[in-house]
Amino acid sequence: MIALEIGWGTTLAIKALIVLAIVPLTALILGYVFLLKMMSHMQSRLGPMDPGGFHGWYQLIGDGIKFMQKEDIMTKEADRRVFALAPAVVVLSTFLVFVVIPAGPRLVVAPLDVGIFYALAVSSLSVIGVLMAGWASANKFALLGALRAAAQLIAYELPLVLAVVGVVIQAGTMNLQGIVGAQQNGEIFGWGGIGNPYILTQFVAFALFMIAAQAELTQPPFDMPVAESELVAGYMVEYTGFRFLFFFIGEFGTAFAFAALAATMFLGGWSVPWVHGSAADLLGPLVLFGKVMLVAFLMFWARFTYPRLREDQLQALAWKWLIPIALLNILVTGVLKVAF
Amino acid sequence: MKREIKGMLTGLGVTFKTMTKPTVTVQYPHEREDPPTRARGVIALKEENCTVCMLCARQCPDWCIYIEGHKEQRPPRREGGRPRSVSVLDRFDIDYALCMYCGICVEVCPFDALFWSPEFEYSESRIAELLHDKDRLGEWMATVPDPEPLEMGAEAKK
Repeated sequence: MIALEIGWGTTLAIKALIVLAIVPLTALILGYVFLLKMMSHMQSRLGPMDPGGFHGWYQLIGDGIKFMQKEDIMTKEADRRVFALAPAVVVLSTFLVFVVIPAGPRLVVAPLDVGIFYALAVSSLSVIGVLMAGWASANKFALLGALRAAAQLIAYELPLVLAVVGVVIQAGTMNLQGIVGAQQNGEIFGWGGIGNPYILTQFVAFALFMIAAQAELTQPPFDMPVAESELVAGYMVEYTGFRFLFFFIGEFGTAFAFAALAATMFLGGWSVPWVHGSAADLLGPLVLFGKVMLVAFLMFWARFTYPRLREDQLQALAWKWLIPIALLNILVTGVLKVAF
Repeated sequence: MKREIKGMLTGLGVTFKTMTKPTVTVQYPHEREDPPTRARGVIALKEENCTVCMLCARQCPDWCIYIEGHKEQRPPRREGGRPRSVSVLDRFDIDYALCMYCGICVEVCPFDALFWSPEFEYSESRIAELLHDKDRLGEWMATVPDPEPLEMGAEAKK
């Protein structure tokens, strides 16, 4: 369409820059819209109102600037290099997930054939960062938090992946573009008006995915790794300033990434009924953003409603409930796929 | 299991409903909520009622009331009588940096010289300025609300 020759190196640089810019931006948006404003209103208060003039929109940016000014403290016994590297590993896993999320027919950094598999694989890289942070801090609270995080993330990785398998079976592809296409071209009992968003046929998988994603993000009610009343702040306890900010960006950036994955797999991603071609490229990012905000609303709604589970309840929920239900879902989906 | 799920959905309903309702927050510097009439904002002094009996200063748990006074001779009321001696208040300070708003001084005052006022906006940038002298304490009298009307059947004070 655009008669402009761009070399692959330039393209790569542009793509990398976009991803680098989008991750902190999404973290800011989610942090502001949900953490500051929605949570406040759910607790019958206003939240920040003064910074920036309009409903305190500048608050988080100001917080970010404050974090950058803070002293970089490292404990004497800390494993310096690992300690410094850990937040970067956590954020890196967030960056890598964004690589495969499509925002339009051509708006995707890398349309990998193993898309969803890759996304879930790199998202679990953050466990390594968390373990590094906990171990290198030389602090018992940090270590306990990191071990809890490892146990939790591994336990919930399974229902997450197994929930996705149902979608993959129905779509017949792991490519996220392919999954969007399958939903766009799908039909509900022969009626193809709005395609077939998989939330209709894979509602169980959607529910499992949301619960497991909540646990993967270590958000309440699954926030034992950072349980402030037991472990101060878990693996983050020794971090200050910019490195702490990295964990924050990682948390909310990953929340956005998971919401985007859920929107792509269950709500049809960037696709809008009756819009094709270049128009979809323009409209796609906005539509995806709207759907992501919807999914993120569900996530944060649960986050601000439920109290923290106990450690053994958390594990029991994953192993005794979510995984068997996910396996059953795969079985039923498989049978129906073969039957029809 | 059914009960648990119902409980969880109710929880979601509560947070959602709260979100849609207006908040209870009052944006203080921009908008002001009037404190209740009996709020303990500041203590006002009605100087002409004070007899320098020092009861308030002695009862104060924080020792934040400073009183000085002297006696004066006044002419006798009747011809050939004895000259009267009257206590005159020289200094009556309350240090609001120390005051803990217990209200014991107001309770203990036998001559109704101390009153609660709901006024609360008297913060200072220097702590020494929180020491209100008797003129300043007297100014607060204007903000003291009228006593509430007597209850039905109560005996009016003679």
